[in-house]
Formats: sequence, C-alpha cells, structure tokens
Amino acid sequence: MGSLFRSEEMALCQLFLQSEAAYACVSELGELGLVQFRDLNPDVNAFQRKFVNEVRRCDEMERKLRYLEKEIKKDGIPMLDTGESPEAPQPREMIDLEATFEKLENELREVNQNAEALKRNFLELTELKHILRKTQVFFDESVPAVYKSSTSHSSNKYRRYLQMADNQNEDEQAQLLGEEGVRASQPGQNLKLGFVAGVISREKLPAFERMLWRACRGNVFLRQAMIESPLEDPTNGDQVYKSVFIIFFQGDQLKTRVKKICEGFRATLYPCPEAPADRREMAMGVMTRIEDLNTVLGQTQDHRHRVLVAAAKNLKNWFVKVRKIKAIYHTLNLFNLDVTQKCLIAECWVPLLDIETIQLALRRGTERSGSSVPPILNRMQTFENPPTYNRTNKFTKAFQALIDAYGVASYREMNPAPYTIITFPFLFAVMFGDIGHGAIMALFGLWMIRKEKGLAAQKTDNEIWNIFFGGRYIIFLMGVFSMYTGLIYNDIFSKSLNIFGSHWHVSYNKSTVWNNKMLQLSPATSDYEGTPYPFGMDPIWQVATSNKIVFQNAYKMKISIIFGVLHMIFGVVMSWHNHTYFRNRLSLIYEFIPQLVFLLLLFFYMVLLMFIKWNRYAATNKMPYTESCAPSILITFIDMVLFNTPKTPAQGCEVYMFWGQHFIQVVFVLIALGCIPVMLLGKPIKIMQARKLANVQPITGADAEVGGMSNGGGGGGHGGAGHHDEEEMSEIFIHQGIHTIEYVLGSVSHTASYLRLWALSLAHAQLAEVLWTMVLSIGLNKEGWYGGVFVTVVFAFWAILTVGILVLMEGLSAFLHTLRLHWVEFQSKFYLGQGYAFQPFSFDSIIENGGSASGDAE
Amino acid sequence: MVEAYVPPVIITAIWAFIGIICPFFARGPNRGVTQCCIMLTAVTCWLFWLCCYLTQMNPLIGPKLSMNEIMIMAREWGNEIKDTMDVTV
Repeated sequence: MGSLFRSEEMALCQLFLQSEAAYACVSELGELGLVQFRDLNPDVNAFQRKFVNEVRRCDEMERKLRYLEKEIKKDGIPMLDTGESPEAPQPREMIDLEATFEKLENELREVNQNAEALKRNFLELTELKHILRKTQVFFDESVPAVYKSSTSHSSNKYRRYLQMADNQNEDEQAQLLGEEGVRASQPGQNLKLGFVAGVISREKLPAFERMLWRACRGNVFLRQAMIESPLEDPTNGDQVYKSVFIIFFQGDQLKTRVKKICEGFRATLYPCPEAPADRREMAMGVMTRIEDLNTVLGQTQDHRHRVLVAAAKNLKNWFVKVRKIKAIYHTLNLFNLDVTQKCLIAECWVPLLDIETIQLALRRGTERSGSSVPPILNRMQTFENPPTYNRTNKFTKAFQALIDAYGVASYREMNPAPYTIITFPFLFAVMFGDIGHGAIMALFGLWMIRKEKGLAAQKTDNEIWNIFFGGRYIIFLMGVFSMYTGLIYNDIFSKSLNIFGSHWHVSYNKSTVWNNKMLQLSPATSDYEGTPYPFGMDPIWQVATSNKIVFQNAYKMKISIIFGVLHMIFGVVMSWHNHTYFRNRLSLIYEFIPQLVFLLLLFFYMVLLMFIKWNRYAATNKMPYTESCAPSILITFIDMVLFNTPKTPAQGCEVYMFWGQHFIQVVFVLIALGCIPVMLLGKPIKIMQARKLANVQPITGADAEVGGMSNGGGGGGHGGAGHHDEEEMSEIFIHQGIHTIEYVLGSVSHTASYLRLWALSLAHAQLAEVLWTMVLSIGLNKEGWYGGVFVTVVFAFWAILTVGILVLMEGLSAFLHTLRLHWVEFQSKFYLGQGYAFQPFSFDSIIENGGSASGDAE
Repeated sequence: MVEAYVPPVIITAIWAFIGIICPFFARGPNRGVTQCCIMLTAVTCWLFWLCCYLTQMNPLIGPKLSMNEIMIMAREWGNEIKDTMDVTV
C-alpha cells in the first residue's frame, strides 16, 4: 500500500527488450520516470560501450546548439520557451536533426567570416578617410608664414603659390617650404622630403614618437592628429581610439628605418597623394566605397539576424530533444546485449505498485517501434538492499527533503516525514511565538504559494531564493503556527492583546498607590479573580515589566520539558512500529520495552509532577498546599534519582506533594535502573542462546566448548564457525553496549536539550521588547508635525530591524534548532537512515539539471 | 462557579472536534497523511493551550506593577483605584 508512512515496496526486475524496440521503450520509460536502471557493464570503459558513436554524435549536436545559443545571446534575441517537453525523436530523425544543425552552423560561420572581412575593409577605408582629411592640415601648414601673415585673405597669391608647389611635385616627395626652406630653396636647391602617413592607436603614440626620435637621431619630423570618434576593431568589436600621423624624412635609409618602426608598433601605413587635387579625388572615392560597404555590411547583419531569429524559435526544443536522445543512448549503454537472441537485457528497480503502468508504457513503446515481440518484465528475487522511494507531492516534498538531508531512510522503515509536517512548524512556533512576526512569515509563504507557477517558471541561479522558494509550504505552516503560539503567549510585536479582559485587578487604595513606587498583586486576595484568562497568557504580565520574566520562565521551562518528553516518547513508540514490521521480536521485548519503561518512569513521571504541582498548590489553599510550600520539581527529581534525603521544608510545609510519593519514587527509580541491564544484555544473550541451539543440532561435539563459553566476548570463534556472514558475538555485545549507553545518557541530555525551546522564545520576546522600547516607542513619543516625520523615519528603521533581525535571523536560528531537535532528539530513538535514494531514469529531472545527462543516467 | 468551567470546556470541545471528528472527512490520495496531520495539530495545539491555562490557574506569584503601570491600568482597563482597600481573602 502506497503511503508516506513507509517507503514504497520495490522489486528488482529483469527487462528483455528486442533490439528494434529498445529505443522506443526506453524513451517511454524515460517519460514515465519510475524505473531505476542498474549498470550491467560496470567494468566496461566508456569508449567501448555499444552506443558510444551515437553518444558522440549527440555531443557534437549539443556543441553546435551551444554555438548557436551563444550567437543568439550575443545579438540579444529572446529564445522562445514554451515549457512543453517534446518527445524524444526516433533514431532516423536524428540524422535530419544533424543535417539541420550542420547547415545552420556552417551558414552562421560563413556569415560571421564575411562580416569580419567586410568590417576590416571598412576599418581600412575609414582610416584612409581620416588620413586624407587630417593630412590636408599638415600640408596646409607647410605654407610659409610670410605669405600667410601679411596676406591672410589674399587668396590669389596663395593659389598662385600653391600652383607653384604643385608644379614642382614629383612622386613621393613634397616640398616643405618653411622660412628656412624658402631661403634654402632660393639658391635653387630643393629640399626633397619623403613622407609616410598612417594610423596608430593613441596609447602607443608617445612611445612611437620617442622611438622615432631616438632611432633616427632627431632627423625625422612627426605630426599627428587625433581621430575623435573611436573605430571598431573587426575581430572583437572593441572601440579603439586612434590617431593619424605623418612622418617627414629625407633619404632612403631613414625611410626604411621609419617603415620598420611603424611595423613594430603595428601602425598601418596608407599611400597618401600629396597633391591636393589627387587627395580630393581619392577622398571622394573612399567615401563612395565606404557607403557601398555600409550597405553590404547592413545586409549581412540583416541576414545573420534572420537566420538567428529562425533558429531561436526552435532552439529550446532542439536542446530538449538532443538531451533526451543522449539520455536514451546512455541508458542503452547500461544494458547487456544478448547476441544469440538479439535482445537487450536490463535490470531495474521498480516500485511494486507501478508495475502495471510500466507494462503499459513498454507496450506503447513496442507498438511505436512496430516490433512484434512484446517486452518481458520479469521480477527477480534478491537479497540486495532496495532503494528507498517515497512518493511525494509538491507539499510533502519539502518535508521529505528535510528528513533526507540527515540520511535517507532504510528500506521500509518508518518515515518521520508525515509527522514532521506538523511537529516541525509547531516546535518552531514554540520558539518563535509572536503574532506579528508569524503573520509576516505566513504572508510571505502564502505569496510564494499563490504565485508558485509563475515563480517556478523563472529559473534563476540564485541559491538563496531557490531555498526559500523550495520551502514555501514549510514557511507558510511555520508562520501560521507562530501566529497561534503568539496568541497563546499573547505577544504581538512585544505587546499583548486584551481580548477577554484581564483576570487580575488592583485593589490597593489611592494612598497606597501614591506612596509606593512598586506594588505587587497577590494571588491570594481578590487581586486575582480565581479563574485564569481563558485563552493564552493574561495581558497583565506584559504590563508588569519587572517580574514578567520570572513568571514566564517557570511556564516556558515546564512546557519545554513537557513537549520534549512527549516528542521523545513518540519517537520510542515509532521504534515499536519498526520492530513489529520487521518481525524483530527480540528487539521488541529487550529493547523497546525497557527503553519505554525507562523513559516513562523517570521523565514522564517528572511531567506528571508538573501537572500535579499546577493543580495542587494555590495561594488560596490552606497549608501545606499554599504557594509558599510548592516544591521545586527539579530538586525533587534530583533527590529522587540520587536517593537523597530531601531538605527539611519550611514551617508547616511538607516535602511531598501527594501521599505515597516517596514509595512510588523509589519503586520507579529501581525499576528504571533495572531496565538498564535488560537493555544492555538481554538481546545479545538471547542471540547467543539461539546460536548455541543452532550450533548444537548439527555439531554435537561442540557441547563442552559451548558450555565453557563465558558471558563476555568469547563466542567469536564458534559464532564464526557455523555462520560466516553474521556478526561476531563480541561485536553484538559492544554494539548493544553503545546503544544502551547512548540511550540512557541521551535521555537525560536530550530532555535538557529541549530547554532550548524556552531559551529561544525568551530571546525572541526580549529582542522584540528591545526594539519596542529603544526604537518604536521613542518615535511614537514625539508630538507635533515634526513628530509625524520623525515617526515615519523611526518606523522605517523599526521595520527593517524587525524583518532583518527578528523574522530572518531569529527565524533561521529557530529553524536550525528545530531541525536539530528533530534529527537528534527525536530520530535517534528509532531512525536508522542507512538507505539510498531511488533515482529513477526520468527525462524531467535530466532536463532540469540542464544537460548533465552523462552523469545522471549512469 | 459553573462559569469558571465554560472556557476550558468550549476550547477542549473545539479541539476535540478538529482532532477526532474531522479526520473522518479526509478524502483524496493522501488520506492517511491528512488524517495524521489534523490529529497532530489538534493534539499539540490543545496541549499548548492547556499548559498555559494550567499555569495561570493557581499562580504562585502575582505581577509586580509600578505606579505608572497601575494608573494606566486604571485608566484603560476600567480598573478604578478606590479610596479604601478592597481585599477579600
């Protein structure tokens, strides 16, 4: 029967699949997600498996898809994600997919290469354009200042001069006619200077200049001008700032040197005509070519965009398909190939309840593949330990995860998860009890639950958010229970609600009140109405700031112990269920009963004492049951266990609460102490006796040796002779000893450990009160309009601290302590937790993990 | 005196209804777990309320109030301070 109380029954099955049908059947099983395959070829290398080629092809396809994805992301095109999972395609479709991807990849690569070449061309032309523009300035400045200064607007002379310069031009040489040049040229000698023009990145320019100066010994002349707009580098698309430079030199040697230096600094040189007319012609040519290139570039980008948009529509789909194919082939690699019968054999763990569903899926798969032979699912008997499978839904999944984090349950042992659904939020709430903070938590949880579809669809990598979202049901329940315990503690943001009217009244008269700074109400008089506040803590205790903590400490410590002892008894009772299910009669009699008796007689008795004390002692009673005679339960307990004579009580009081208490206590302690040797020795001795009986029957000569065995360790040899696979006697004794000591000492320490319920609730209440007194009440005290502004600021501060410290930090802290209480104090009474989880072959989980299919299916 | 027992009886009755009667109405595939949850909720919540009630039933000490607190109680909760002491033991 399937339920969460125990893990599901599992069966090891053998699956015989015909080779043609294997692919389709595995595909169906993957969609179902209920079968865990075992690796039947564990010692075969990954490269020697049968379907390694197909896996390689899938890897190749995935690589191409990833390349496409990268390009699509670079262009910022949104990828359509319908959330639907397409079915795994047939093997013959795989070839079509491969061809499609190949074509797309090639097209994209070609487009990218073309774009790069075009951009390089574009860059060269742009640089040339800038050079032509800037060198105009350089050549203009070569006009002698004499002409310029006096006749700056006399264009005629200027034009005539230029014509003169033009006429005297030769190929690569220009006449630099400065004043000196004029003087030098007058005797008829022309200074023929060579020049090179080019472009270099701005950062390299100073070093370039220095190098030129040093290498050419100052005989070259460099002019440079910055290009204002940055240019795009074709390879990586960076924007680089460059400068135009022109170098004038004389002679061939300097020319070679200059050219080498330019090469070294990766400056690009361009041929630049010095005649202005040529330059203008060239400039116009360059402009037209740039425009053409721009058009072509635009068209290339459009084409690329179209290709990517078309691919983006199907990309997610393709990813899913490829991953499914890969998963199927990985799984097929786990099978054994039976060559003679041309079928594949698989071994798998299957939940018993789902065998019908799996048979149906297999039949569907065989029909799809068109094979005639039906697959055979055959249950095997095995002594191996099956995996633990707990069928959870979205609500119980989180609680099961909490339990599994400590250890996966052993096969078919009692699962603590269904009880944890309520006890975990409840114990959390005992530590967190505040209506206001509980409301914040509950609303947060409720919001996450209402929006769960939308929030789950946005897959983020933010770990913290994923943890909160995964625990939304836990958070919601914790908040709701905290509101309830907050109502009982009567604490909302450190204030109390007065719903039913306080049952305490002040009966002092005016003069007493005026003359005394502090007055205490007495429960013996009419100060106390006689009946308690009907639901929760009386609101007067929140008003009585001086001794509220004294009263509440006594209360909270008692409830911590009460709930702790009950929780632990619940744990021990769970072990009873485990023993009866596994028919472990020995454990039932010699472990469970003494454990329960020990716990009940000592600690449950203490709980009963608490209830008796609550009932018997009242301020309005006569002696010896007045409040001054109420004995301390802790002292009573200690005296009981240590057999101390109790201290003589005050006048008129008695030591014991009820008649016969001393006798009962002695009896209880003696019985509890008597349980300890039963726990320690009962089971091992019984096992030893059982083995003796089993040994005696076949081997009659062993009687004498058996009789000589001592109670302690020594049965190892004989135990081992007959039963090689069972534990040795000494080990059993040691195990039992450890178990007993752990239980007995643990019962004391765990009971005290539950006092953390008191400690954390006290800390929480005090923190809330500090925030009120030190923050919010100061804000509320101010009057006037500036008081309004002030209280707004103070409220913001208070709200941030409330959410950050009290809800988040205290919440995390209480969560952790509750988890510890469950894992250690509760589960150590019965939980083994030595199973391994059931990991079915499921496409959903593989796709969620995003392509780590290689690890999952093996 | 009978009125003293009314609140505890009502509250116990409510939790008894939730814990004993409601589980019979649980339906669905997770019937067992739902029943378990309802019963556990009822038991723990009722016990928690009971402990608080029992603690305050026979208090051993009374609250210690400052003058301010007494006067605020007088004003807000209608707990008038009389001229003469009104003590009945």
